[in-house]
Amino acid sequence: MVKRLIQSEYLVLLLSAVYFAALAPFTPGFASTGNLANILSSMLPLLVVAMGQTFVLIAGGIDLSVTSTIALASVVGASVATGDQGILSGNSLATPGGILAMLLVGATVGSFNGAAITRFRMPPFIVTLTTMIFVSGFAVWLTQSKSIFNLPTTFTILGSNVWVALPLVAVATLVMHFALSRTLLGHWIYAIGHNKNAAEISGVPVRRVLLFTYIASGLCAAAASILYTGRLESASPVMGRNILLDLIGATVIGGTSLYGGKGKILWTVYGVLFLALIDNSLNLLNLSYFTIMMAKGAVIVMAATIDSVRNKLLNS
Amino acid sequence: MSSSPRILEFDSVEKSFFGVKVLKAVTFDLRTGTAIGLVGENGAGKSTLMNILGGIHTPDAGYIRMEGEPYAPRNPQDAARAGVAFIHQELNLFSNLTIAENIFITTFPRVAGLPMIARKTVRERARSLLDQVGLSVNPNTRVESLSAGERQLVEIAKALSLDARIIIFDEPTSSLTALETDRLFELISTLRARGISMIYISHALSDVMKLCDDIVVLRDGEVVGKSRTAETSTAKLISLMVGRSIDQLYPERTGRPAAERALSVRNLSQPGIVRNIAFDLHDQEILGISGLMGSGRSELARILFGLDPFETGEVLLWGENLPKPSPRQCVRMGMAFLTENRREEGLCMEASIAENMALVSLPNFANRGGYWIDHGRLSKSLTALRGAVRLTRSARLSQAVRTLSGGNQQKVVLAKWLLNRPRVFILDEPTRGIDVGAKYEVYSLINKLASDGAAVLIISSEIEELIGMCDQILVMRNGEIADTIRRPDFDRERILRGALKQSHTTRTSPVETARHDPESR
Repeated sequence: MVKRLIQSEYLVLLLSAVYFAALAPFTPGFASTGNLANILSSMLPLLVVAMGQTFVLIAGGIDLSVTSTIALASVVGASVATGDQGILSGNSLATPGGILAMLLVGATVGSFNGAAITRFRMPPFIVTLTTMIFVSGFAVWLTQSKSIFNLPTTFTILGSNVWVALPLVAVATLVMHFALSRTLLGHWIYAIGHNKNAAEISGVPVRRVLLFTYIASGLCAAAASILYTGRLESASPVMGRNILLDLIGATVIGGTSLYGGKGKILWTVYGVLFLALIDNSLNLLNLSYFTIMMAKGAVIVMAATIDSVRNKLLNS
Repeated sequence: MSSSPRILEFDSVEKSFFGVKVLKAVTFDLRTGTAIGLVGENGAGKSTLMNILGGIHTPDAGYIRMEGEPYAPRNPQDAARAGVAFIHQELNLFSNLTIAENIFITTFPRVAGLPMIARKTVRERARSLLDQVGLSVNPNTRVESLSAGERQLVEIAKALSLDARIIIFDEPTSSLTALETDRLFELISTLRARGISMIYISHALSDVMKLCDDIVVLRDGEVVGKSRTAETSTAKLISLMVGRSIDQLYPERTGRPAAERALSVRNLSQPGIVRNIAFDLHDQEILGISGLMGSGRSELARILFGLDPFETGEVLLWGENLPKPSPRQCVRMGMAFLTENRREEGLCMEASIAENMALVSLPNFANRGGYWIDHGRLSKSLTALRGAVRLTRSARLSQAVRTLSGGNQQKVVLAKWLLNRPRVFILDEPTRGIDVGAKYEVYSLINKLASDGAAVLIISSEIEELIGMCDQILVMRNGEIADTIRRPDFDRERILRGALKQSHTTRTSPVETARHDPESR
């Protein structure tokens, strides 16, 4: 029974439910409708970046640059859309123009990462780490480290109203889920993550697929940036700087392997849910930021332990 | 010889995994200073038995006695202390460390009890051990710059450093050149003369016959044959191994080469790799390439499949010139390439059998433009395919490929290509590391492909295999085609002569100087 439970792919979802049920009686306001909406709205942007990361991880790579992409997309989008001397200030195209600019930022950073990794065969860790350093510096330099306010409400509503964001994210989740599990591209991503050489010899367009995963990750980061920026109703050049741990943590807790070849969009949804619950409950318990970090670190280690126990069981 | 005392006795050793008996009352003896050959198909229980001897598994029942004393190692360290050394098929050396460091990795001599390595002692002892195995290379050479044969000698030196009394060889010659194999065999006789006993596991029965005093045949975990080598024959061994008699090792060829050229190669050259390669491969033809490791045979295959570049010359597929082939283009045009190492390049080991089988042909199962995979149609094809390649009945298609035996893994690689219905096959070492029964099945499959119209290029280190299968054999040496032999003229010696001629005399000196020596920096 315990063995079957640990082997189940719904384990993380179940753990989330147990955690929620266990803490709800002791945590004031944990189960209130307002708080649930709160959890949901904090989940959505993280989920969007994490799904892009899931694509990259399954193909055997890693994308550390997403946090800086979120920041750069945020300030670029805002400087197009803002009412304070924005490029399209006051124009009815301000919101679509801003969003387009943000997606372009994501696609550009992703293409650069993908090109460096596939053309020059550089290790993804180094490429995306340096991209992260460069792009986050660039975002701060561009804005002289100031935040940008006065964004059109048509723009901010995407992130500030969870009922607008939810259906959009839900559709994106389904699309990505089916892209990974049902399409040719999805099968190729798994194959490359398992064994790049075998995939290449089998006629898989390895470079193109890898390039795609990094562009997808960049676009997801930009989309998440739209949600984050809307939620804060302002753009900041340091936005997203603290989410890297949550991001990698959530995907790995969900069960996606850092070595490639294994993972699912649904798992990432569970992982993000689990982390969001922990974050929210610890906040409600009035713990300090640092205590929360310690607790999260401990939880991620625990999840990683469960994962290796699970692998051992599955292999025996 | 029967007078020599018994160093090791297996007495009714039994072992089960998950309720499946993999060893049933295994009983036999090893006498001091002799070599025993342990043969059997993959999955017959050889590895389990040796893992028990090496302290990795414990038997469920039965005993092992070493020199009359009960021997029950609880872990590999116990086994090493008792003098049992294991030379694995996939060598267990640290390629980033030097020879000396590898030999003494567990037992570094120290400076007077201090936690410091006595470098001088290490060097001297390493030197003397390397002399004993006949390897004249600086002990400070990094293992990564050694050939497979030299690495094996390092493993043996390591065994000697631990005062091994019993050495187990698992498929030691599968990655060695003919010359290295000869050297290994000489060394084995020397060691035997020193009183070291051997257990020799191999699918190469001729080697076993040549080397061993006694032969034990395992089938389904049982000892089905025990005899002196002189009193048995290869044919007898094979029929014991597979449990039925195989009249011949190679199936009868039914077709003969057609006139249509499938793959033509003209003056193909790539500096330092291959030079002036030219041949035609026809429909329904099986063409063999023989040659030593490093003669350019596998490198040629990689070039033909677009994995590596070529500088001059032409590759034509059905008359169409491919100036810069890519694997993707080759796959699309109906070529298949079975690589020599299925773990690294052939299979996604952690992925399922189904995923592996589908990999090449996935685009054929996607709807137009939409890229949606038709899983229903795919799984129907896969079910038919598993029958066609005679994949073991016990395997589920959702099972990871890693869990299959070598022979079945190879069938999965073949299946993955067959699904794409290619018409030109390049098969590099198609039967490496698989047992006799599975070999015969692979041969039959290749034969059927050819008689159904496909053109097949086989690269192999086993000359017998090429002679048994091919219409024509090309012999490669130093990147060139040294000889071309048609079926009526097939001759083992002529092939060997072509492959060997003055190729090994020049080998050691230039490599020696190029070697990386950390001490000389």
